[in-house]
Amino acid sequence: MATTVLSPRAGVYQRSRIYEWLTTTDHKKIGIMYVTAAFLFFLLGGVLALFIRAELAAPGTQFVEAQSYNQLFTMHGTTMIFLFVMPMLTGFGNYIVPLQIGAADMAFPRINALSFWMVPLAGLLLFSGYIVMDVARAGWTSYAPLSIVEQGPGQDLWIVSLILLGTSSILGAINFIATIFKMRAPGLTLMRMPIFVWTVLVTSFLLLFALPSFTAATAMLYIDRNYGGGFFNPAMGGNPILWQHIFWFFGHPEVYILILPAMGVVSEVLPVFSRKPLFGYRAFVIATALIGFYGFGVWAHHMFTTGAVFLPFFAFFTFLISVPTGVKMFNWIFTMWRGRIRLTTPMLFAIGFIANFLIGGLDGAFAAVVPFDYAIHDTYWVVAHMHYVLVGGSLFGIFAALYYWFPKMFGARLNEGLGKLHFVLLFVGTNLTFFPQHLLGLDGMIRRINDYAPDNGWTELNFLSSVGAFTIGISILPLLWNLFITFRGPRDAGADPWDANTLEWAAASPPPPYNFEVVPEVRSERPLFDLKYGHLLPAHQVRKSGASRVLTQGLGAHGGDRGVATGGVIPAAPGTTHDEFRLDSPEEKFGKPVEGHEDEHGRPRGITPEAPEKAAPIDPSARADHEK
Amino acid sequence: MTARSGVVGPRREDDPGAAHGAHGAESGVNTALLGMLLFIGSEAMFFAALFGAYFNSRAQFQHWPPPIHPGETEFHLDLVLPVIVTAILVISSLTMQWAVWRIRAGDRTGMNRALIVTLLLGVVFLFLQVYDYAQLLGEGLRINRDIFGTLFYTLTGFHGAHVFGGVVGIAVILSRGLAGQFSARHHVAVEAVSIYWHFVDVIWILLFLTIYILQ
Repeated sequence: MATTVLSPRAGVYQRSRIYEWLTTTDHKKIGIMYVTAAFLFFLLGGVLALFIRAELAAPGTQFVEAQSYNQLFTMHGTTMIFLFVMPMLTGFGNYIVPLQIGAADMAFPRINALSFWMVPLAGLLLFSGYIVMDVARAGWTSYAPLSIVEQGPGQDLWIVSLILLGTSSILGAINFIATIFKMRAPGLTLMRMPIFVWTVLVTSFLLLFALPSFTAATAMLYIDRNYGGGFFNPAMGGNPILWQHIFWFFGHPEVYILILPAMGVVSEVLPVFSRKPLFGYRAFVIATALIGFYGFGVWAHHMFTTGAVFLPFFAFFTFLISVPTGVKMFNWIFTMWRGRIRLTTPMLFAIGFIANFLIGGLDGAFAAVVPFDYAIHDTYWVVAHMHYVLVGGSLFGIFAALYYWFPKMFGARLNEGLGKLHFVLLFVGTNLTFFPQHLLGLDGMIRRINDYAPDNGWTELNFLSSVGAFTIGISILPLLWNLFITFRGPRDAGADPWDANTLEWAAASPPPPYNFEVVPEVRSERPLFDLKYGHLLPAHQVRKSGASRVLTQGLGAHGGDRGVATGGVIPAAPGTTHDEFRLDSPEEKFGKPVEGHEDEHGRPRGITPEAPEKAAPIDPSARADHEK
Repeated sequence: MTARSGVVGPRREDDPGAAHGAHGAESGVNTALLGMLLFIGSEAMFFAALFGAYFNSRAQFQHWPPPIHPGETEFHLDLVLPVIVTAILVISSLTMQWAVWRIRAGDRTGMNRALIVTLLLGVVFLFLQVYDYAQLLGEGLRINRDIFGTLFYTLTGFHGAHVFGGVVGIAVILSRGLAGQFSARHHVAVEAVSIYWHFVDVIWILLFLTIYILQ
């Protein structure tokens, strides 16, 4: 990759590559470091999960004692949520959001670096419990009073680690909100922002308002454990339920923190590989905001069985939250409906997300029914539900993001064959692991037990679940091999390998440190699409759509080339008026199909001057509906 | 709020410090100040959880402080010192705002004077809080006495830590002010620290009302 000299001094002081990465404030490098660190923690958390499933594969004690088992599920949950999914999504956000909004960096680059470096530090603190031979074992929820009576430094390490991670996320959230509100390219109004940016924005507000209460709760826990405080100790007048209230006041928005950016990824991937705009953009944005808003009003549905909460209110709001979620399902399905679908690996993961998330979401609606929740509370049903949304949802979204944005981040596409193998193994493994757990839960198997009797009748389903877990484990191998060979291969993906719609694909792959040579100007929520294909739109749509303004300003009487980003293409010859865009034959109207869009090596072409001729079909009904 | 009016006003247009690097969205609140406001939002949620813990615990008892240990005399907090420190913090908020107004008018010396007064008031508050703690510990109110002791020291302690943070912030902008780094156009750090200081003040007033007045 050619580096560009930014200042006369840049070439004078040669800094080593390691020093460069350790001290960088470039959002792209920080994003890559986030993703890398999160991926390592994912492998670690995955190994812990395999230990859990190996232990549960058959009745009796196989590998780990009860106390070690408690440590395993505590560390697995904490790692996967706080050290994998959250930093991973933050990492993609870090890399992609400034590019998608046409900015040069985040609003506070040094705070961005600080946010990142807290993550590996917190991870090391958490796992240093294995060095001092005392690991947190009260579950990722760390319910009081169990988390108080469990002596030893493990739980305290857990607390300090989570306070660090919380601080990191709060600073990151402030950074994202300031970036999105203050650094958008000209013309990029809020209702033209890519959906991924929207979901990151809503997630950041959730982080900003939910995480501090969790930090307060963990501080109280620390005081109870170390200074003889009485917050959660009934003997001193405290209340153990208080922990659950504050924890879930954070914990439920946290669920949306983990899933919303993944939904954003899916909403980026589906339109690109269906060759249609996202169906119902406005409805999707409103649904995202509503999910974030309602998310603060449903925490006590985790606490139905305590008897200490007002059941009708929380049950009602929990049902209510499934409405905007359902809206999104329709958005996604109708985006694909009659689209020209390309089943690439990111698209497969996005479709897998929808399928799994449907099951996980329906599970959640079940659990909102209070009598049913009394029956399944703390059983494997709950484990199945949360893994369907976290593995089937968030993890599939993360892999969709990885395959989709990998060419942007590293300049090379991951191998499609290995990617599809990865998808198939993961999809089968996920459903094989977690579907039987519904049945185990209905059959009364309690979560967080390390053993069960042979005559419980749970042996077969548990074995099936363990087979599934190891299938998931094996599915990672093609991914690792894929990463290995791709990093060794040529970096020739080009700026726009997927023929995508949003601004990040207008920059080079990988983008230079300053991202864009020309500040891009935006006229719709698909700026790159307008650049490439705007001239093919029928005139009556051109007039009312954002594309018309690119054309009328970029061409004709005005003559300039505003709105062109790095590598962009000016759609038509100067001197034309937009009456000439009124095309009559269907082929002209819809453009030619994308046949031949891939070059002789099977790789899609980037933005090349001939790209406008090989235009993608435009669905006028969908577009008209979209622009209403 | 008075602190914000100067932030959003038309003054921004001729502000050379305004985000020229950022393209678009140049109107509205300055990026650094937006960051501070968001940070204060998260801090507000932190204290909201602590207040929530206070009222959740208190709601379980008819008498407050709760009679956990039978035969003990009911604990009662003295009001004299808290009223004094409340007055100190409120006055320090006014002097802080005075500093902001001085620098907006371009009066560096005036700002520095106001910051010195604010800094001193903040330090006095911290010393009085330590003195108060020593008195209360002598009277037997310890953090491990009961839920009341735990809540008292946690809430006032976290607030004190925030006052300490504010004092550090004031010291930083004072040293920058003495070095002549601020002007009528360029003083976003002063605005940011002043908003934070007002926030800490508001939290104290809520704490004062909750812990001392609603006994």
